[in-house]
Amino acid sequence: MNLFDEDMPRSPTENGNMGQEPRIDRRTWLTGAASLVGATAAGLLAPAWLPAEEGESARPTHVPGRSPSPYGVRAQGETIERLTLATHSLTPHQSLHGIITPSALHFERHHNGVPLINPDRHRLLIHGMVGRPLMFSMNDLVRFPSVTRTLFIECSGNSGHEWKGPAGKTVQDTHGLMSTSEWTGVPLATVLSESGVKPEALWVLAEGSDAAAMTRSLPLAEVLKNALLCYAQNGEALRPEQGYPLRLVIPGWEGNTCIKWLRRMKLGTAPFMTHEETSRYTDLMPDGTARQFTFVMEAKSVITSPSGGQRIEPGFVEIRGLAWSGRGAVRAVDISTDGGRIWHPAQLQEPVLPHCHTRFRFGWRWNGEEVLLQSRCTDETDYVQPTRAALVAARGVNSSYHYNAIQTWKVDQAGQVRNVQV
Amino acid sequence: MFRYSAVARVLFGCGVLLLAGPVGAEENGLYGLGRLATETEINAWNIDVTPNGAGLPSGRGTVQQGAVIFANKCAFCHGPSGTEGPKDRLVGGHGSLATSQPVKTIGSYWPYATTLYDYIFRAMPFTAPQSLTSDEVYSLVAWLLHQNGIIPRDAVMDARTLPTIMMPNRDGFVSDPRPDVPIR
Repeated sequence: MNLFDEDMPRSPTENGNMGQEPRIDRRTWLTGAASLVGATAAGLLAPAWLPAEEGESARPTHVPGRSPSPYGVRAQGETIERLTLATHSLTPHQSLHGIITPSALHFERHHNGVPLINPDRHRLLIHGMVGRPLMFSMNDLVRFPSVTRTLFIECSGNSGHEWKGPAGKTVQDTHGLMSTSEWTGVPLATVLSESGVKPEALWVLAEGSDAAAMTRSLPLAEVLKNALLCYAQNGEALRPEQGYPLRLVIPGWEGNTCIKWLRRMKLGTAPFMTHEETSRYTDLMPDGTARQFTFVMEAKSVITSPSGGQRIEPGFVEIRGLAWSGRGAVRAVDISTDGGRIWHPAQLQEPVLPHCHTRFRFGWRWNGEEVLLQSRCTDETDYVQPTRAALVAARGVNSSYHYNAIQTWKVDQAGQVRNVQV
Repeated sequence: MFRYSAVARVLFGCGVLLLAGPVGAEENGLYGLGRLATETEINAWNIDVTPNGAGLPSGRGTVQQGAVIFANKCAFCHGPSGTEGPKDRLVGGHGSLATSQPVKTIGSYWPYATTLYDYIFRAMPFTAPQSLTSDEVYSLVAWLLHQNGIIPRDAVMDARTLPTIMMPNRDGFVSDPRPDVPIR
C-alpha cells in the first residue's frame, strides 16, 4: 500500500467480497434490470409458488402481520451492503435506484475511525481573525435559520485506481466513493457572521474532533457562497460515520473538505498548510509539480446498470446511471454503445439539481453482439466529461485523485459485463 | 429570505435595546446565539502550526533523541529507517517526482517543515494521537529531517529554528488550472 491508497478502493484482488457473481434470487430481483438475467421465470414468479422460508408466511393474506415498530428496518432478505475496507466503505450503486443514497449505505472515509460523540457536550469554536471568538452548542446551531439541499459528496479518490488501468470489477469498486443525501444545516456564512469576521481574513481552517483531528484550509470567499454546517441527513440526525453531530458540507467539492465531527473553525490570512493540503490531497503531474487546492469535483457520469459483474439477455434493456458536476447542474448525458463513435441523448430524470446526482435512463435493445457501453456528462458550464485518453494526456497517471474519465463497460456475446478502458 | 431577514433585524434591534450592559456575543451577533469563548477553551483546541511558525510551542528536540522515540513509537508502522513501511514511507524518493515511479515522502514532497510538527502532534502515533510532548515532537521532526538529508546531525529543532528550514520541494506546488482537458 502506498501513501495515497487509503482514499481509493483496494484493487479487486485485495477484497474478500469482490468478484462475486451477482446473487440472483427471489429476494434480490429489485436490484436492477440487468441483474434479472438468471432469475428468469423462477426469480420473477417465485413469490407465487416457491415454498416459504423461515420468517415469512406462505399465506400472508391469512395471518395477521406484525405490529408497528418505533424505528423501521429493511425487509428481511434485503442484503445489499457497503463494501468495507480499513479506512473507507463503498456504496453499492449497482443495486440502488433514484438519486438519494440510503443513509446506511452512504460511503465512508475516515482518517482514524468514527469517534463517539455526545451531542450535548459537542461544541463548535469559531476564532482567529474575528471580532468575537464564539462557542456554539448544538442547540445554538439548530436555532439558526436553516436550509435543506440535496447534494452529492464524492471522495477525490473515487475511481482513483482507474488511473493505472481497469481496476474495479463492479461500479461499487470503481465509483463507490460517492453518495447523495438531503442535507439540512445552517449556512456557514450565517454562523461566521455572528463572530464578526475581520476583513483581513481570507482563509478558514476547519477541524474535526476525530482521532485524526482532520483539517483542511478553505478559501473564505468561496465557502461563504454555499457551505453548510449540517446537523441532519435525509431527515434525521447525521449518521455517526457521516460526522455526527455536525459536518461541514461544501457543495461540489472533494469529500475531504466536508469536515466531519466539526469542532473548530479558525479564520486566517493564508492557508494553514496542513498535512491534508500539502502531502496528501494534492495531484502530482508528469513534470513533477503538484496541483494544490483542487477542490471542485468536475463533471462525471457512470452507467450503474448494466455494469461490471452483471449479465444481460438479448432484448430490451434500460440503461441507467448517475451523472453529476461539482460546477453546477447536469445539462445533458449522452450514451454510446459503440465505444464512443456515435452518441445518443439519454433522458434525465427530474429533479435535475446543481451539485447533485442526476439519474439518467436510455431505452436500448441488445442484439447479442459485443458492445462497449459509455455515458458522457455535459454540465451547465458546457464542460464535457473527458475520455480516458484525453484525461491521461493532460495529467499522466500518477495524480491519484480527481479521475473523471468516461467509464466503459464491455458486454460480451454471453451478456457478461466487464470494466475495460478504450 | 425576506421574512427571515426582517425577523432577524427585529431581534437584533431588541437585543441592542434590552440587553444593554457588558458588551458580549449576545449584543453583537445578529441572532444572539453562541457565547464568547474563553482563552482557556481556545488554547485547549488551538493546535495548528503554520509555515511562519505561528502555533509552535516551547520545547526543543535533537536528532539523537528523535532516533530513540522513532524506534519506540513510530518504526512499527513506518519501518526502522522510515522507508520500510508498512504504512506511509517517510524518507527518500528524492528526485523521483517527475519519473514514472514517484515516491512521495517528507523529503521528496512535503513543502513545509512546520507541517511535520502540526501533523505529528495532531495525529500521531496512530494509536495514541495528541499524546506526545513538544520535546518529543521536535525530536521526531529533527530525526525525520536529518534522515532526509535536510538538516545536519547536530541540529536542534525548536520554535525558532523549525520555520527557517527550506524543504527541497518548497516550490513544487501550483494552483488549480482546471478545466484543463481539451474538449474533442
